[in-house]
Amino acid sequence: MSENANWPLWEVFISSKAGMSHKHAGSLRAADAKMAIENARDVYTRRSEGTSIWVVKTNEVFASDPNDADAFFDPANTKAYRHPTFYVIPDGVKNM
Amino acid sequence: MSNEELERQFQEKIDNEIKIEPRDWMPDAYRNLLIRQISQHAHSETVGMLPEGNWITRAPSLRRKQILLAKVQDEAGHGLYLYSACETLGVDREDTIDDLHSGKAKYSSIFNYPALTWADMGAIGWLVDGAAIMNQIPLSRCSYGPYARSMVRICKEESFHQRQGYEIMTHLANGTPEQKAMAQDALNRFWWPAMMMFGPSDNDSKHSAQSMKWKIKRFTNDELRQQFVDATAPQAELIGLKVPDADLKFNESTGHYEYGEMNWDEFWQVVNGNGPCNKERLDARRKAKEDGMWVREAAAAYAKKQEKKEKRA
Repeated sequence: MSENANWPLWEVFISSKAGMSHKHAGSLRAADAKMAIENARDVYTRRSEGTSIWVVKTNEVFASDPNDADAFFDPANTKAYRHPTFYVIPDGVKNM
Repeated sequence: MSNEELERQFQEKIDNEIKIEPRDWMPDAYRNLLIRQISQHAHSETVGMLPEGNWITRAPSLRRKQILLAKVQDEAGHGLYLYSACETLGVDREDTIDDLHSGKAKYSSIFNYPALTWADMGAIGWLVDGAAIMNQIPLSRCSYGPYARSMVRICKEESFHQRQGYEIMTHLANGTPEQKAMAQDALNRFWWPAMMMFGPSDNDSKHSAQSMKWKIKRFTNDELRQQFVDATAPQAELIGLKVPDADLKFNESTGHYEYGEMNWDEFWQVVNGNGPCNKERLDARRKAKEDGMWVREAAAAYAKKQEKKEKRA
């Protein structure tokens, strides 16, 4: 197939209603952003799943490396004191 | 890390029901099996639009026409979710589509049967989409994340497909004697091809064991086929239609239906390209790509031009 006809890949993010964050829904191919948004509407919101759509070119997404996940997320593993359940408080204390 | 060690860790993840994601390490054989399965699943969705698309202009009422149009649109969407999932494995979707067009890649054989009457729209929705749901529900728990996620979406949408088909059959079965005969005829022609959608018997299925180990598959072909018979046979009875299988009977002690032997010669004939519509379906897909090519090129040229304009401004 000719290079000219190969549209770039886009990632689609959809917010289901105002106040909700945009969530990854899937990907699609489109020639430009406008077409990507319209195609995303037709493909991912056929049953009123969304009120807002973001699209971003797949090759512009930067991601952490899954192979380094252990080392990369390691700093948080030893910090139990960041969680409320770490603290010992007297029985019977109210509103806490 | 050695390949053996990587493979051990990979299998451990699968055994612990941890999903495999696109950039995770995976054995080449796992990747290739998924590319084959997901692309053929995608092809089935898009080829599946053809028998029904043929009836959109001849639907008997505006209501039925709207429904059929929505269903065919869904199939196009399902094809797209699956091609996208397939692309996460590092293949270009156009290459997978070209494999379909060259005859190298297969699609579900059910779509090589013609849709001759309106009742076939009922039978296809009820039986073909019904069988597809049986297959796809366990796939929504498959070990490969993108495939599983696309299956969740597809199953949600597919349930309307089955119900609208059963509704068509119910109406015809309760209609004039001619309408009821039309419904029975559609059931007669689609029953066995739908049963064959689950693939060869477990003894003859070459990819089964490995697929189960990798949790791409959760049930064997014969287990899924049994589920389908158990669910569908009473649905036929409820609307007064007869499943075309003289051996079909409910076994009180097992709680399952027993069914007759399938015509495996016919199955392999259709898989290998000699079904009633194989050539027609592939010709239609090729023509769609070739005839639509100028649109793709024009849109890409327009996008390039706009981009240049923006840079200048």
